[in-house]
Amino acid sequence: MAKRFSAAIAAGLLVTALAACGGGETAEGGASGAPDSGTTITMWTRAATQAQSQRLVDAYNKTHKNQVKLTVIPIDNYQPRIAAAAGAGQLPDIFAADVIFVPNYTSQGLYLDITDRVAKLPFKDSLAASHMRLGTYENRMYTLPHTLDLSVWFWNKDLYEKAGLDPEKGPTTLKEFAAQATTVQEKLGKDGKVHGTFFGGNCGGCYVFTFWPSVWAAGGQVMNEQGTKSLVNQSPMTDVFQIYKDLYAKGISGPTTKEEQGATWTGFFPKGEIGVMPMPSTTLGSMPADMKIGVAPIAGPDGGQSTFVGGDSIGISATTKNADAAWDFLSWTVGDEAQVEVLAKNKDVLARTDLASNKYSEADPRVVLINSLVAKGQTPFALRFGQTFNDPQGPWLRFAREAVFGDPAKLAELNTAVDKSLTQS
Amino acid sequence: MTRLASPRAGRDLGEVTVRAAHARGRPGSRGYVGWLYAAPTAVIVSVLFLAPLALVVWMSLNKWPLLGQPRLNVPDNYTKISDDPLFVDSVWFTLKYTVIITVLLSAVALGLALLVQNRRPGVAFFRTAFFLPGAVGFAAASLLFYGMLNPDFGPLGFMDVKWIGTPNMALFSTIGLVLWRFAGFNMLILLTGLQAIPIQVYEAARTDGATRWQTFTKITLPLLRPTIALMLILSITGSLLAFDQFFIFTNGGPDNSTVSMVMVIYRNAFFRFDLGGAAALSVVLLAALVALNALQLRVLRGGDK
Repeated sequence: MAKRFSAAIAAGLLVTALAACGGGETAEGGASGAPDSGTTITMWTRAATQAQSQRLVDAYNKTHKNQVKLTVIPIDNYQPRIAAAAGAGQLPDIFAADVIFVPNYTSQGLYLDITDRVAKLPFKDSLAASHMRLGTYENRMYTLPHTLDLSVWFWNKDLYEKAGLDPEKGPTTLKEFAAQATTVQEKLGKDGKVHGTFFGGNCGGCYVFTFWPSVWAAGGQVMNEQGTKSLVNQSPMTDVFQIYKDLYAKGISGPTTKEEQGATWTGFFPKGEIGVMPMPSTTLGSMPADMKIGVAPIAGPDGGQSTFVGGDSIGISATTKNADAAWDFLSWTVGDEAQVEVLAKNKDVLARTDLASNKYSEADPRVVLINSLVAKGQTPFALRFGQTFNDPQGPWLRFAREAVFGDPAKLAELNTAVDKSLTQS
Repeated sequence: MTRLASPRAGRDLGEVTVRAAHARGRPGSRGYVGWLYAAPTAVIVSVLFLAPLALVVWMSLNKWPLLGQPRLNVPDNYTKISDDPLFVDSVWFTLKYTVIITVLLSAVALGLALLVQNRRPGVAFFRTAFFLPGAVGFAAASLLFYGMLNPDFGPLGFMDVKWIGTPNMALFSTIGLVLWRFAGFNMLILLTGLQAIPIQVYEAARTDGATRWQTFTKITLPLLRPTIALMLILSITGSLLAFDQFFIFTNGGPDNSTVSMVMVIYRNAFFRFDLGGAAALSVVLLAALVALNALQLRVLRGGDK
């Protein structure tokens, strides 16, 4: 009996092994044929932009013989997963990445050079400029914009009304932002449920995404152009920190602000618990339908407008065997049909500026506003971005937490640690 | 009684087998057959342990990119270890954690084992209850505590305590998690040791008029020594390699106050893509662990002679 059982297992393993070989052959067969000839394309993306990726993949799979198989990976694990897969030679055919990590990946040679393919696109000059800049390394292009995620201020019109504020007038400066948050807190915060504002206080990426636009709006910078020298220990960054520091110290920002590691920082606004706070524009489409939300550009302490042009870029991995099929999908995602009928229809920001006003965006002035910010915003460039600013053990999180919750005297020393990380070889 | 007799019995059996082999075997083929018996294990050990180990050592001598050709850079990966303040801090933190957790874990596990060592009605229930947390995966347990103590939605979050908000609280909360998860398992190890102590020894002690405390310190503890040694080695090695609890539960925070050594290795490899540097740290940690375990075994075996 036992013998027969193990024989069955052995047979089973053999079949699986053969099937695996067969699968490999078909995949390779697709590479030599036409771009759309029934190839299975593997693709990875991170959870933050899952919804957009999934919609694009579904629409493509419905109309093409090629089939894209999407794997979604939790945000915290994305960098390690890419590193592990690259080291083992097991990258998928296509992978998206947070746009700020792209310079590092291209410098490591993880993406395939697509300069000649991009040059043939009729709309190549209208592709989101910040994403294209970060995807260019030593004058060669490696990535296309995949999804755009901009930081903007959301305010809750119902709470504003209850607090006696004008529900149609959002903040136009960071100081107004603080004043309005304070009013909401004072009028509605007694029961401990509602708070004036909120931010991810133990999350390096959150600080970058939500605080830096205020610096740019005020005409300042956070790094030099090469991304090798930090400027975060000077005004206007320090002024921005001071305003948020006061908001936390006075209890206007929710009590868990200091501990928020980033997994749940966008979860409080849709529950109707927050008056006004910085939010990712991609979340607008998934807000409760009956919630009245105002959207304002992030401003500096005394005015100006800017945004962090975040989101994902996408490229073909350097080790793929299905480059033509992969490009068929990539070029389709930035085409008119996918941009308008998939992305614009769901209130997403478009990867192309020539389509910014389209039949869907006109219906919602907030979407028009967000689209218009792409040109005003920035995407910072640094080869060592992730390990400096996003990594929870990186030097930036220490710096920002000291600036918001701690002792400003320590900032000079911590800033040298940021510099050191930016220039690490 | 049988337990006392069994080692001796085993040795007899061994001698018999050896003699039988002598009688049967042709002198020339014996070594060959021996190698054949050992071959499967040898293959597994070399494929799963020696080959990766050699690769790690080789990596630690190179600048190792994610894709492309590695480049020899001895001894850069080793000399820069002391330049990394995060790693230096993590060594001290991991040692501190190891000392605290080993002392507490041993005390709690011994207490639990003594509570449930004797057969009496209902004792099976308590043994199971104490051991049950050990059946939860450690990563899952870390997430469980993260959720339980979360100030926004956790059942224990309502209390005005920053469970992982300050460096000390984060360490204590983690110690709570590890005690909950591992005390039962260590209790089980000690329990096997306790039950191997023959009842006659206790009877003799009682006849001689020993007090409970004397019985514990003069009989139970000395006879439990090999078992305690095993538990200490498992606990110390495990604690020095701590990762899950700090990676998942505290995320190294707040302010890098709970970053363990393995977390730094992970960060160097997968966030900074410095595979060579991470390999060098791994080799150093491995060497330290081997030395420490050799030392421990010597010290703890000392009294057995």
